[in-house]
Amino acid sequence: MATAAGTMPAVGSHTGLWSWLTTVDHKRIGTLYGVTAVLFFMLGGLEALAVRTQLAVPNATVIEAGRFNQFFTMHALTMIFLAVMPLGAAFFNWFVPLMIGARDVAFPRLNALSYWVFLGGGLLLVSSFIFGGAPDAGWFAYAPLSGKTYAGSGMDFYVIGLLTLGLSSLIAALNFAVTIINMRAPGMTMMRLPVFIWMTIVVAFLLILSLPVLTVALVQMLFDRNFETNFFVATNGGDPILWQHLFWVFGHPEVYVLILPSFGIISEVLPVFSRKPLFGYTAIVFAGVSIGVLGWAVWSHHMFTTGLGTVPQIVFSASTMAIAVPTGVKIFNWLATMYGGNIRFTTAMYFAVSVIVLFTIGGITGVMHAVVPVDTQQQDTYFIVAHLHYVLFGGAIMGIFSGIYYWFPKMTGRFLGEGLGKLQFWLFFIGMNLTFFPMHFLGVSGMPRRIYTYDAGLGWEMWNMVATIGSYIIAVGMLAFVWNFFKSMRKPATAADDAWGMGATLEWATSSPPPEHDFDVIPAVHDRDPLWYNRDHGITPEPAPAHLHIHMPPPSYYPLVMAGGVLMLGVGVLSHLAVTALGVVIILYSAWAWILEPTD
Amino acid sequence: MAAAAHGTVHHSSTGIDNRKLLMWIFLASECLFFGSLISAYLIFKGASLVGPYPEEILDIPLTSTSTFVLLMSSLSMVLAVYGAEHARPRMMKLWLFVTVLLGLAFLGFQVYEFRAFGQEGLNLSTNQFGATFFVLTGFHGTHVGVGVVILSSLLFGSFRRSGLGSEAGFHVEVAGLYWHFVDIVWIVIFTLIYLIPQ
Repeated sequence: MATAAGTMPAVGSHTGLWSWLTTVDHKRIGTLYGVTAVLFFMLGGLEALAVRTQLAVPNATVIEAGRFNQFFTMHALTMIFLAVMPLGAAFFNWFVPLMIGARDVAFPRLNALSYWVFLGGGLLLVSSFIFGGAPDAGWFAYAPLSGKTYAGSGMDFYVIGLLTLGLSSLIAALNFAVTIINMRAPGMTMMRLPVFIWMTIVVAFLLILSLPVLTVALVQMLFDRNFETNFFVATNGGDPILWQHLFWVFGHPEVYVLILPSFGIISEVLPVFSRKPLFGYTAIVFAGVSIGVLGWAVWSHHMFTTGLGTVPQIVFSASTMAIAVPTGVKIFNWLATMYGGNIRFTTAMYFAVSVIVLFTIGGITGVMHAVVPVDTQQQDTYFIVAHLHYVLFGGAIMGIFSGIYYWFPKMTGRFLGEGLGKLQFWLFFIGMNLTFFPMHFLGVSGMPRRIYTYDAGLGWEMWNMVATIGSYIIAVGMLAFVWNFFKSMRKPATAADDAWGMGATLEWATSSPPPEHDFDVIPAVHDRDPLWYNRDHGITPEPAPAHLHIHMPPPSYYPLVMAGGVLMLGVGVLSHLAVTALGVVIILYSAWAWILEPTD
Repeated sequence: MAAAAHGTVHHSSTGIDNRKLLMWIFLASECLFFGSLISAYLIFKGASLVGPYPEEILDIPLTSTSTFVLLMSSLSMVLAVYGAEHARPRMMKLWLFVTVLLGLAFLGFQVYEFRAFGQEGLNLSTNQFGATFFVLTGFHGTHVGVGVVILSSLLFGSFRRSGLGSEAGFHVEVAGLYWHFVDIVWIVIFTLIYLIPQ
């Protein structure tokens, strides 16, 4: 489907830096999210390499203890808030409108605002390395370690950075929730939504309902550290466990925020490359929703060693095990999707299949932690590090790369090289198993998390060395991806509308890359796999009218201005309150200008 | 407000306007925000190691008056929405103005109360009651302040030649959703802090 001439709005140009700063096009914002997040992913990887290098041999002196604490804390914060979440957001941005048959998200300017606030928050968090040291109390920042007695200004950057990033995620989540509920093409009922879209809406509601809890916890930490309150200071009547409760009420739903986009992606990839409809669509959708609901009832399994009491331990142990049920439903449905299919092993398919395997390993160790006596042995050991990386690297990251390979031709009009792609896959797959599987052994033999070094003779030398070698193999795999990316981008954009020749969902019904208005004619939706249905029933797309008059929202710089104001709120708290006051003025000004800006 | 990307006029899948749906979902998020603050207050209820304790310091008649003021602002908000939706701009302006005044009066009561507590020796760092009380009611007051800004913006906008445009009723109604929500939160806070015996 060609881009019809005359459909571009008259206002503004479409190339150059200014067009990117003022864009409200969901595809461009998705690209901004994706590129930024991949850069942060590599930064987080470097932080991990520093940690692994220090731990390669006993009594190493590569980085000293304080810096080590900053690196493992920032590694987690970078990967969670600056890499995996925004990579999810990149896919949401690109494909929510395309897959539901809309021309953009419900609020294009809010969408731009969420990106710019994310960028500001991310840079603010990372800048802590320059201004007096990064956060160093772990990503979950337990009191009293995160209090002013023990932690320096890095934790103030943590508070302000996460508040800013939380605001960005909240804005984006509200936008996608409204978009999916309200902007579906005619015929796209809720039970015809692609599974990726279902997972997106579950993620959106998890964020909408869990971020405010984190916000309150962060505000309390901010007040404890700067305004003399005693929320988490036990000696003055406070309760450090309250922080843990509030943090994990957010933190556990957050785990599903990280993994569900990946589940959504492979639920799109597996059927297409198995040439079979997804097995058990309804079951997969309800399993995803129930994971989202149950995710609220398990937060205390992070706190079994805090002395919860027997009854809460039993309840949270049982609810945690219960989550294995919907997860198992998904896994068996994915396997059944492939069973008997005409499987085509592309790189995207490699990554998708590996998610099933690796996530299952991480899921099984997760059920082990649900058993209280086992968990009290494994708490704060490398066993936990192994578990969470099987879920987050094996589940989330591998799934995201599956999505990158699958949708790259749609996003750019070019295929990523399959040879380099499979090289990257094997480097990632071997590297991650070498890195994280030995951590099970290390944990069971008693190696605690977050120690910056260890003595020889404890039996930890070999597996630590293996893990470090593995982490470097992952890094080489990432270089293969970067090389693949630049190599592919130099080729001409030749991908067909339906790049893989078997797309089922609406994004494959428009050109690759799509025109700014997404679809010349919104395709008719009669089925869960609309393009397969239309092909089988001989329904051809309506021809595009000779003169399209599709109005798209004009570019706007107010999102950027308002994001600057939001950033100044936080910078002011860290420096001088006059900056915060100026930030309020800028937000008020840009809000009024935003409202009065003509969008027709 | 942000407009949807229209090909032709896009009718929303649910029939609810995008912007109103956004406000409803945002208010769901706000429920968890205030829920967490209220939880912290309840968890620390009775945990203050030193005074002043709430029963010594809370001025129930004064705050009952400010609560009445805020409740009346919900009534004036309803009248403003009625005026906006029935093309009676003078009625809308009058009641928007009254709502803004009542909101400001509530904030005035709050400032007075905070100052009085400060003079009696209660501040953020005194005890757990001080910390949870000031953070909870302070954030509620901030929400009232944001509401006052929104309503005064509408009021100023309504004096333009084009008024609030063809969607005046809609804009005032969505602002009203926010305003009523902030009112309802106050009813919960007032009940929990002031009315239920310590």
